[in-house]
Amino acid sequence: MVSQTAAAPSETPLREAGGGGVSRRTALRPYILIAPSLVFLLLLFFIPLVQTIALAFRTSAGTGFGNFGKVWNDLDFFDAVKDTFALVVVAVPVQLALALGMSMMLRHVRRGRDLILWIWSIPLGISDLAAGLVWLAILTDKGYLNTALFQLGVIPGPQSWLTYETPVVLFCAILTAELWRATAIVFVILVAGVQLVPKEFEEAASVFGATAWQRFRRVTLPLLRPSIQTALILRTVLAFETFAVVLAIGGTNFPVLISQAFIWQNQNQDYGTAAAYAVIVMVVSLAATAVYLVALRPRAGEPA
Amino acid sequence: MKRAVFGAGIVLLCAWTIVPIYLLALGALGGSDVVYAWPKPFLPLGSSAHSFASFLAIEGIWPAMLRSMEVAALCMIFSIALGAPAGYALARFAFRGANTYRLLILVTRAFPVGILALPLAVTYVRLGIYDTALGVALIHTALALPFAVLVTSSLFLGIPRELEEAAWVFGCSGIAAFRRIVLPLALPGVAATAIFAFVISWNEVFAASVLTVRHKTLTAFLLSVLSESPLQAQLAGGLLLILPSVIFIFAVRRYLFAMWGIASR
Repeated sequence: MVSQTAAAPSETPLREAGGGGVSRRTALRPYILIAPSLVFLLLLFFIPLVQTIALAFRTSAGTGFGNFGKVWNDLDFFDAVKDTFALVVVAVPVQLALALGMSMMLRHVRRGRDLILWIWSIPLGISDLAAGLVWLAILTDKGYLNTALFQLGVIPGPQSWLTYETPVVLFCAILTAELWRATAIVFVILVAGVQLVPKEFEEAASVFGATAWQRFRRVTLPLLRPSIQTALILRTVLAFETFAVVLAIGGTNFPVLISQAFIWQNQNQDYGTAAAYAVIVMVVSLAATAVYLVALRPRAGEPA
Repeated sequence: MKRAVFGAGIVLLCAWTIVPIYLLALGALGGSDVVYAWPKPFLPLGSSAHSFASFLAIEGIWPAMLRSMEVAALCMIFSIALGAPAGYALARFAFRGANTYRLLILVTRAFPVGILALPLAVTYVRLGIYDTALGVALIHTALALPFAVLVTSSLFLGIPRELEEAAWVFGCSGIAAFRRIVLPLALPGVAATAIFAFVISWNEVFAASVLTVRHKTLTAFLLSVLSESPLQAQLAGGLLLILPSVIFIFAVRRYLFAMWGIASR
């Protein structure tokens, strides 16, 4: 893991040995070291968190569910719920399957492993906005996809895919962009997990006559459970937060919960309703995390 | 035969990652000639000095890019300055509350942190840091800090405590021992963590858009001009967003898996 450049302390300054009082100071030291980050998280995580919730429940008429009423009556609300969940429910499992496949393939690569690793993890550094723009370049009416389809004789000329008239294609376009960009994070977490699994386990299973599929299903997959859990939690929370890719490719034709929060804040300047959307996204994210924690908890007899 | 199918699969997955970036670059560097061409060339034939000049002259993109760098650099400094000491404390001291602290750090990950920019907009106006690099960098630090704490903590765990204790025995103070022994060993990993904080900030869209108006970061700028600017400008912006990330991922590639292996425990 960490570069183990064994740098022996060659020259050691000889000064007066630390006297008494060291242990008393040492007892306080960890608290002094964590204090700045604690104060920071208090100011920039917990207070804004409480404020968001307060904002969501505060209306001109006092405290109540008024903002949530506005959300409920928002013409795009039900589409936003539907689109958000459709995207997460389809994208996350496909990403997990793809990433699992990729990390298993990587184990059998003999040459050029580092290069392949780098290429496959490139999307990790790419924002959802940039991913949206990448796929916009490919999918516009005069884009590269249409050029290819035209040259293959599938379509007669430029054709628009990304409008409200073609919702299924629009969904597939956004899904493709998400798969392209965000599979990498699942992949990287799984590869990190695979490196912790000793090869001997699989070899032993192989000796006892297990097929490749049985080895994967009965040996590797259970050992990867903690990594899979982390990857799913992280990816799902991030997926609920994703909106720039949606705006880049679909504009307002494909509303999701978080893009609605953004529109209510920045265009309608209605902070209460934006906060209500934000609270809904938070509750959904927490619920998803809870589901993963329970569903993928260590079984009896397994190490945590 | 099996080997060939396997190799083809690997190549296909590499192409799936790289070809879209190549096509974006074609569109971005080709200027309006390429963007409105039909059918499009798949090779960079159309790009001329003229179109490249127009790429460099897109209005508003350079100030936004500088602003993004400023924000990301600040986020990087804050994350390490606040996160590394906490990571060191978790790695070296057994203290009451260590587990609570660790749990607290993990809990932040179950929240979409960017959303917290909504109430911050009001607070920032009151404090006079709305629409500043500092303001955006602060919320980005909230995103990157938990990551920095967890990763640096395991970096420090990987450095044998004995080295440090030996320095104490020879009369180094705690701080001198840290500076002379631990820091040089931890530095490459800390640098990788810093680069990651930079990338997290560089790519963040939601909070940056909510907290800026006139001095937008590159992501916020591109998002705000999505519906109005010419396609080639958007694609050029996309390319500018991607290039630094690709280079950074290359720079930290040795640490990537160690970092995520650690961060996922």
